[in-house]
Amino acid sequence: MGRAPFSGIGLLLFASLALSPSRSDELKDLYFGEALYYAHQGYFFEALERLDTEVKQHDELDEPELDTLYYHIDAAEFSLGDFELRYRMHHRAGRAITAVLEGAVDEIVRNDAAYRLARIHFQKGQMADAMRALERIDGKIPESIRDDIDFLRANIYLAEGKPAASVDVLKRLQNSKNFGGFASYNLGIAYLQDGQRQAALEQLDRAGQVATDDPAELAIRDKSNLVLGTILLEDGEFDNAMPFLNRVRLDGPFSNQALLSAGWASLSAEKYERAVVPWGILARREVTDGATQEAMLALPYAYGKLDVHGRAAVHYGRALDAFGAEVDKLDQSIESIREGRFLQALIREEIRKDKDWVIHLRALPETPETYYLMELLATHDFQTGLQNYLDLADLRRKLHSWQASFDSFDDMVDIRHDHYEPLLSVVDTQFRELDSRMRLRIEQHKMLVKRRDDLLTTPRPEFLATREEQAVLAQIEHIETQLKGAESPFEGSLLQRTHRLKGMLMWTLETEYHDRLTRFDQNLRGLDNAMAVLQQQYDQYVRVRQAATHSFEGYEMPVSRLRARVSVSAQKVELLMARQGHVLEVVAINELMARRGRLESYRDKARFALADSYDRATQAQARSDEP
Amino acid sequence: MMSRLIRTLILLLLASGPMAMSTAQDISGDDMRSLDGQVQEIKSDVLSIASDLSNLEERLLYPSNTQVAVFVSVAADDKFRLDAVKIEINGELATHHIYSFKELEALQKGGVQRVYTGNLPTGDHQLSVTMIGKLKNGTEFNETGNFSFAKGVEPKALGITLADPGLGKSGIQVGDW
Repeated sequence: MGRAPFSGIGLLLFASLALSPSRSDELKDLYFGEALYYAHQGYFFEALERLDTEVKQHDELDEPELDTLYYHIDAAEFSLGDFELRYRMHHRAGRAITAVLEGAVDEIVRNDAAYRLARIHFQKGQMADAMRALERIDGKIPESIRDDIDFLRANIYLAEGKPAASVDVLKRLQNSKNFGGFASYNLGIAYLQDGQRQAALEQLDRAGQVATDDPAELAIRDKSNLVLGTILLEDGEFDNAMPFLNRVRLDGPFSNQALLSAGWASLSAEKYERAVVPWGILARREVTDGATQEAMLALPYAYGKLDVHGRAAVHYGRALDAFGAEVDKLDQSIESIREGRFLQALIREEIRKDKDWVIHLRALPETPETYYLMELLATHDFQTGLQNYLDLADLRRKLHSWQASFDSFDDMVDIRHDHYEPLLSVVDTQFRELDSRMRLRIEQHKMLVKRRDDLLTTPRPEFLATREEQAVLAQIEHIETQLKGAESPFEGSLLQRTHRLKGMLMWTLETEYHDRLTRFDQNLRGLDNAMAVLQQQYDQYVRVRQAATHSFEGYEMPVSRLRARVSVSAQKVELLMARQGHVLEVVAINELMARRGRLESYRDKARFALADSYDRATQAQARSDEP
Repeated sequence: MMSRLIRTLILLLLASGPMAMSTAQDISGDDMRSLDGQVQEIKSDVLSIASDLSNLEERLLYPSNTQVAVFVSVAADDKFRLDAVKIEINGELATHHIYSFKELEALQKGGVQRVYTGNLPTGDHQLSVTMIGKLKNGTEFNETGNFSFAKGVEPKALGITLADPGLGKSGIQVGDW
């Protein structure tokens, strides 16, 4: 017998990504915090939308160090890659994380980024690139991902066909808190691939006895025992296989396969009565399960071996009925998928709110196909396609809701336009008048300030004369001019009197100069305050005026462009949904047809075996009737 | 021997995988990858639209000179259960929010919730924050904090930090951002 069953064993990769920054860091940027709020709830579209905008705005700043995101920019760029990864945008995530790797970032951040990049490559099956990314890890490694890195490295080695290298790494992880059980199982598989059969058996035996109450670790413990039992069964060590198969919990996810194998082990050891026990249990379980269907055929076969042909015939009859009913159900399911009901069920909101929604699909009466699709739903390719379909459905919902909001935008802009347009023309006329008066006062104020500043460096007392003093001074100077050309006999005495008068005036101006300058300065400062209030009101008016205009102007083009973009994207999403949906339907139908083919084959065998059992039962009856 | 026959048949079927018996139509890996690439592209396009649309909405609904945003976070390591928050501005209800388990968990992990965005004129305003919840020991609490803030010409962001109101200290802090 070949190793075919191991093709399905697979390796276990335990995913755990941490969001940055850690809770203990002080958050300085609310908008980054907002993105994290969405991301922590699993809303990665919303998280990406906010963080992408925030990072772009930060990058466009002339002085980014004044922005609050400056303190978290490494973590923010890193989180962008992380969110993209979680939103299944591997192309962009790879670019974002590579950018972090190539930037001047902290050693811990760079190593974390290298690990995540390696994970992306691993998920895409690019093992050499994944290993290259891991090789960039150097220096201080975040404690939280130390084991993750080793576990990933071990899995890459296994995927590259280097089990010996993987063994070395997995040995180190045996006591890991997060990976203990998984590493233990994977080490067994690594030994097996490396041709170290005995070491593999011993390791799987250890992995099959891990003491734990964690559901995931309990499942991996069951799987270890199942694999170990199956290896021994395939190698003809039927009795040795039994204890390991019996270790598998009866209510675990590997229970059906273990019961089936336990039956085969007993049958192969020609212990037919013991084979009847596990198969008897299994044959009563969910009929859609492949192992159960096999047990429904195997159980009467074992009864036949025990020469209980009558009971064998009864069980073959039951199997025949059950297979017939299941073939009918599969036909209905295939028809249901072709009618589009499968896709309709997948995007039902109330189903997807539950994390176990895939399981609950089975309970929907209108989607009988899901009974047979559980294994398919668990495969990576189908999951990727399914998630893409669900993501597209979300995008479609968003785009449709945006399309509806554009009309509201238009209404809003129109209402504002109708309200402000007539008001603004009146306000603008009044404002222009006030504006010219205000500009004049501003110029006068500037002139006074200049004069004050000049007086501080070059004292000019006459500049601070009162209006009366200025008039008197002008009169004296006028009299002086007249006297100089008059040739009067009183000229001398008159000039003397005018000089005396001027001297008195100048005395006052000179002696009071400092007091006057102080008063002038104080008055000017009072005026400064009044001018500042005026300027503030002016600015406020300008802002309000601008805000009024901006509330209805300049939206036509952006709204129109966005409307067009949304429309184009909505069409693309519809197209992609149809294509993705078609792929899912085809794969699902193919799976159901395969299951139907298998059931039909079982039905033929059951029909043949039923007839054979009746014959044998009749012959046995005849023999027993003979004297 | 029938058992061998059945087992061989079953193992073959199991090993061949879900798509082995496809009939009319086959989907190649390249088709799947191409489709996946296109889905990633449209996600990128729609994200870009969402970002532009948010900016447009913000300009239209909350111009920068009147914009006020209120954010809520919970203090690190405080494990009290926050049930609801009520925000009043100048004596009028601005918003109230009842927290789901998922939302509370997101806050406890360091997320910040934008609980309100609105418009206010420049000047001084009053903010009243009420939080309702349950302490670790099961005692229910209802605490209100009153604060003043000044709205300038630039957008205003207020960050409310909620903490365990026990030990006689105020559990509500408001900071300018």
